[in-house]
Amino acid sequence: MNTSSWLLWGFVGTVVLTTIMAGSQGMRLTRMNIPFMLGTMFTPSRDRAKLVGFLVHLLNGWAFSLVYVAAFHALGRATWWLGLGIGFVHASFVLTAGMQFLPGLHPRMASEHHGPTVVRQLEPPGFLALNYGVRTPVSVLIAHLAFGWILGAGYRF
Amino acid sequence: MEEIHDHGVIGNCRSAALVSRRGTIDWLCWPRFDSPSIFGALLDDRAGHWSLHPTAPFSSRQRYVPGTNVLETRFRTAGGSVVVTDFMPAVSEEEKHELLLAEHEILRLVRCEGGEVEIESVLRPRPGYAQGAFRIRDAGKLGVRIHTDQGLMIARGSVPLAIVDGEEIRGRKLLREGDELYFSLVFAADAPAVLAPGESCRKLYEHTLRFWRGWVSKLRYHGPMREAVERSALALELLVYAPSGAVVAAPTTSLPERVGGDLNWDYRYCWLRDASLTVRALFGLGFDDEAEAFVSWLLHSTRLTQPRLRVLYDVYGNAPARERELDHLGGYFGSRPVRVGNAADEQLQLDVHGEVVDAVAHFVRRGGRLDLETERMLVSFGDYVCRRWTEPDEGIWEPRSGRRHHTHSLVLCWVALDNLLRLHDQGHLAGIPVERFARTRDRIRREVETRAWNPRLRAYVSELEGETVDASALLIAWYGFEPPDSERMRLTYARIREELGAGGGLLYRYRSADSPGEAAFGICSFWGAEYLALGGGSVEEAQDLLETLCGYANEVGLFGEEIDPVRRVAAGNFPQAFTHVGLVNAALTLSHRLRGRTPHHRGIPAADSEGGAAS
Repeated sequence: MNTSSWLLWGFVGTVVLTTIMAGSQGMRLTRMNIPFMLGTMFTPSRDRAKLVGFLVHLLNGWAFSLVYVAAFHALGRATWWLGLGIGFVHASFVLTAGMQFLPGLHPRMASEHHGPTVVRQLEPPGFLALNYGVRTPVSVLIAHLAFGWILGAGYRF
Repeated sequence: MEEIHDHGVIGNCRSAALVSRRGTIDWLCWPRFDSPSIFGALLDDRAGHWSLHPTAPFSSRQRYVPGTNVLETRFRTAGGSVVVTDFMPAVSEEEKHELLLAEHEILRLVRCEGGEVEIESVLRPRPGYAQGAFRIRDAGKLGVRIHTDQGLMIARGSVPLAIVDGEEIRGRKLLREGDELYFSLVFAADAPAVLAPGESCRKLYEHTLRFWRGWVSKLRYHGPMREAVERSALALELLVYAPSGAVVAAPTTSLPERVGGDLNWDYRYCWLRDASLTVRALFGLGFDDEAEAFVSWLLHSTRLTQPRLRVLYDVYGNAPARERELDHLGGYFGSRPVRVGNAADEQLQLDVHGEVVDAVAHFVRRGGRLDLETERMLVSFGDYVCRRWTEPDEGIWEPRSGRRHHTHSLVLCWVALDNLLRLHDQGHLAGIPVERFARTRDRIRREVETRAWNPRLRAYVSELEGETVDASALLIAWYGFEPPDSERMRLTYARIREELGAGGGLLYRYRSADSPGEAAFGICSFWGAEYLALGGGSVEEAQDLLETLCGYANEVGLFGEEIDPVRRVAAGNFPQAFTHVGLVNAALTLSHRLRGRTPHHRGIPAADSEGGAAS
């Protein structure tokens, strides 16, 4: 495995993914803020959570890109279209299974079955994260396709 | 079909059901407040119900088990008496770690209190507003399974249940004194479904009583009409959607403002115009968790449209479903059309920013802190108000007859800017263009004082240069725009009483061709009592009026949106959060005045003196 290539393109992919998600938020396409969601696992402070969350997100990005790299090696090639394909599977997993697991993992997130006790918690994302806006799945899909495309096109054996 | 006021409500802070005095559940939407109905007999006898009552002629009464949302319907027949106890199980999040509960469930416990009574249950599901496909299958000891597009429902009971014509589920039994029965209906979107607890449902009943009594013990209110205030708090809690903190206006759709009329709207959504009044009521009663969750929902679920705010949102801050008419439903006593979804979200209501900012000010008064993102959001609201306040809008009552320059909207624009400036002065809010906000605030004040005051009527009127009064002018004092004992406010109150009085202390919201024949408006009537309590009248006047108005609640203490001034019964969607909020706020204000405190404190503490709750 080419470690420096993995670290470089994993970083670039994560930054682009984060930028697309942040841009989607700015354009009011979605309310989903991945760094905030991850950061509130560690701190309730909204401002601190975003910074902590971004660092965690970056580490996650490297961890996930390692799976992409493993797949490239298993298939004996790294191409943009292969990266795109893995990105599609990745986004589909995040939107369906991942979003369902999240309330169980996240200490400050309510589930769809929460209640009648009412406390200030993060709302659950719901199926395809639709609770954060009906265009959320599109944003997440595009961001992950870009992540996969960058890794596939950039990674060198 | 049974009348609106003959109902109690049960729920679990995610969904609610109406139970009539005849023991019939005739309104239920699962899994969410705004999901399609499973029982909709309140809107059409063919739209599904679940009846449970004696087979012989009976009389009946309803009450809640004190301090809970557990509903009892007591039946008397010539042969004996029986009580049906209805509830959706409620347990704390901690108890959920130990109990395997169904996603949604209704439990109905039956106990014979004397003599002999034969009781019959008829469960007739009609999912999808009576348009959805369903299939009923007997699964033996595992109950009767109802397969629908929305999920699986399972009906069980301690008597044999029979499927009749593939359309309904029936069970019947003769009870003698001391005999007990149970029936249950669970809903599951996930498989495997959790089955109803069988004979141990009595234990779930005890859990539920304990949960609600524990919840109500947090109530910090010791003023007049305590029982009515407690019931209002419990009813309001049932309208909170716990996973997000949103508060829906009512759990029903298309219960008419006038029987036979077409003013039938879907209220299973969250109106921002209710924000400030609701937050003040929740904080005032001591339910800080609910109030903070609601403020959080207000600020963060509405982000996709900010700085513009929609009039209403669904429980997750998305646009409500597109409004459509269900022509196959006959409507409540022929009140058609039945509508689902709500098109009012496309309206422009300039008051909503004032409502939201005022809700945030309540939050800060209670020790809440604003983070940077919220500060930026609030500044953008102020900027939006400065840019748009001169435009006509639809106003608080959402008439569909066009835009006008509404006085109430302008006052709330003033409220938004005034609160932002106060928050800034006290060090809670940075980065606001002080001079611009202050200049605009003062211009709005001058506009209201000169153009919304009608010297001929000697009252603040509903719109600039207008000739009619509107009960929302009573809030001018509530928001601190004008002292309650000022001459203008006293004259306005007198004029509103004269022109909008419906008798018995009730008020219409306005008189307009937009809603001919509608009943008196619940919250407007309570605004009248609160205005007196604020200082517009004597304590005795305020207390007398509040007591009179509380007397119009139904048998179990619930209010709809409106009150029929002749029959003194509920009209409109039911139960209505806004009306209960009005009751609570009037009682809080009166209670403060009785104790010699400022009836409605609007000051904002300095940032360094706050308690320290994080936003």
